Amino acid sequence: MFDKYVNSEHPEEQRGKPIGRRVLLGTLGLGALGVVTAPTLQRGLESFLAGASDKDPTGLTDLLPNGGGFRYYSVTSSVPRKNADTYRLTVDGLVDHPGTYTLAELRALPQTRMVRDVQCVTGWRVPGTPFEGVRLSRLLDAAGVREGAGAVRFTCFDGAYSESLTLDQARRADVLVALRMQDKDLGHAHGGPVRLYVAPMYFYKSAKWLSGITVTKDVRPGYWEERGYDVDAWVGRSNGRDDEPTT
Amino acid sequence: MSLRLDAPGPATGVRRFGHASRWVHRTTAALMGVCVVTAACLYIPQLAELVGRRELVVRIHEWAGLALPVPVLAGLASRAFRADLGFLNRFGPHDRVWLRAALRRDKRRASRPAGKFNAGQKIYAAWIAGATLVMIGTGLLMWFTHLTPLVWRTSATFVHDWLALTIGIVLAGHIGMALGDSEARRGMRTGSVSREWAEREHSLWRP
Repeated sequence: MFDKYVNSEHPEEQRGKPIGRRVLLGTLGLGALGVVTAPTLQRGLESFLAGASDKDPTGLTDLLPNGGGFRYYSVTSSVPRKNADTYRLTVDGLVDHPGTYTLAELRALPQTRMVRDVQCVTGWRVPGTPFEGVRLSRLLDAAGVREGAGAVRFTCFDGAYSESLTLDQARRADVLVALRMQDKDLGHAHGGPVRLYVAPMYFYKSAKWLSGITVTKDVRPGYWEERGYDVDAWVGRSNGRDDEPTT
Repeated sequence: MSLRLDAPGPATGVRRFGHASRWVHRTTAALMGVCVVTAACLYIPQLAELVGRRELVVRIHEWAGLALPVPVLAGLASRAFRADLGFLNRFGPHDRVWLRAALRRDKRRASRPAGKFNAGQKIYAAWIAGATLVMIGTGLLMWFTHLTPLVWRTSATFVHDWLALTIGIVLAGHIGMALGDSEARRGMRTGSVSREWAEREHSLWRP
């Protein structure tokens, strides 16, 4: 019944139109065009999806790229869980009064609430996120930083992650030892019960599952920094990115 | 589709794919599978939480992605595989008929003339090849961040993310269609198909 086409099939290797190649090259071209127009496309999509995810009860839009919301990153296979009974935060290093805080002791200190954007170095951003906790500068002052100290190193109870700030950065008013996020106690997936929040920097500086604050002489590169990320991770001025500042 | 108890033996079967083509398909599918699974572990929060080990998962994803074109390139050494690529590349007038019928959702055999590959398979092959190259290009931009200008990385991430989602959907379609046609799967697995199937599904194919 297709006799009229039969002749078009067998010699098609020689005679048919090379549409496959055109589709392939077209896809490549579209990909390149996508990269070139991405900044514009991304802004449009982000605002559309942010609106859509506000009205989306299923949470499926959160799974779309740039769908708004946090993404979970852990560098270890599993992270132990800590609660009010088991959690301890150690402050040591070049300080006059090394010591540990329980969760209750941290909660009893004056709390600061800030609403800033969260900007990840991989591109996602969560606008207007409230964080609440104790200013890091308060803990440093209470411990009494010694002469000659220049940096602060943070360690985490996931057993692998670490981060560092210079002493000047650590003393900024927008650096918190955070106990709450989005007006809820910090859950395990978000680094609870206690995480660092360094508002003006990319979010990898905001170490999750914070368990140790050590005052040191010099900055020691943290986990991702040994893998190529910038130590001074100001949003918009590091890691080759030009995001809007978060503060 | 029911099991073909009276399935014709190899003697009455039609040779559809040679060794090289099946090997290329198998290894490409395995590499693509690794890419999809690792991508899901990096991307979907619940899976990321379950698996963790981000550094390792990223490395596996990068190397599997980079290796994706290797089976096809190696396959070029085979004449039979090059011939298959030629069939995939060239479109005849009957392919236009097939595509028009597909757009109209016309499933009648009479409106779907096809050679060794139908027009849908040809478009799929060309598109997935192009999309894979775009993924490799954007992936490399995200991998070697210090080699490229600033905006490029964010832009590459954007294209990589959305194209990944598209590829996931298209791949699901590809696998779904294979699941719906056991004889087509047999062709890819053993290299032969029944003559009846070949005449029904690929009426213009002259093996």
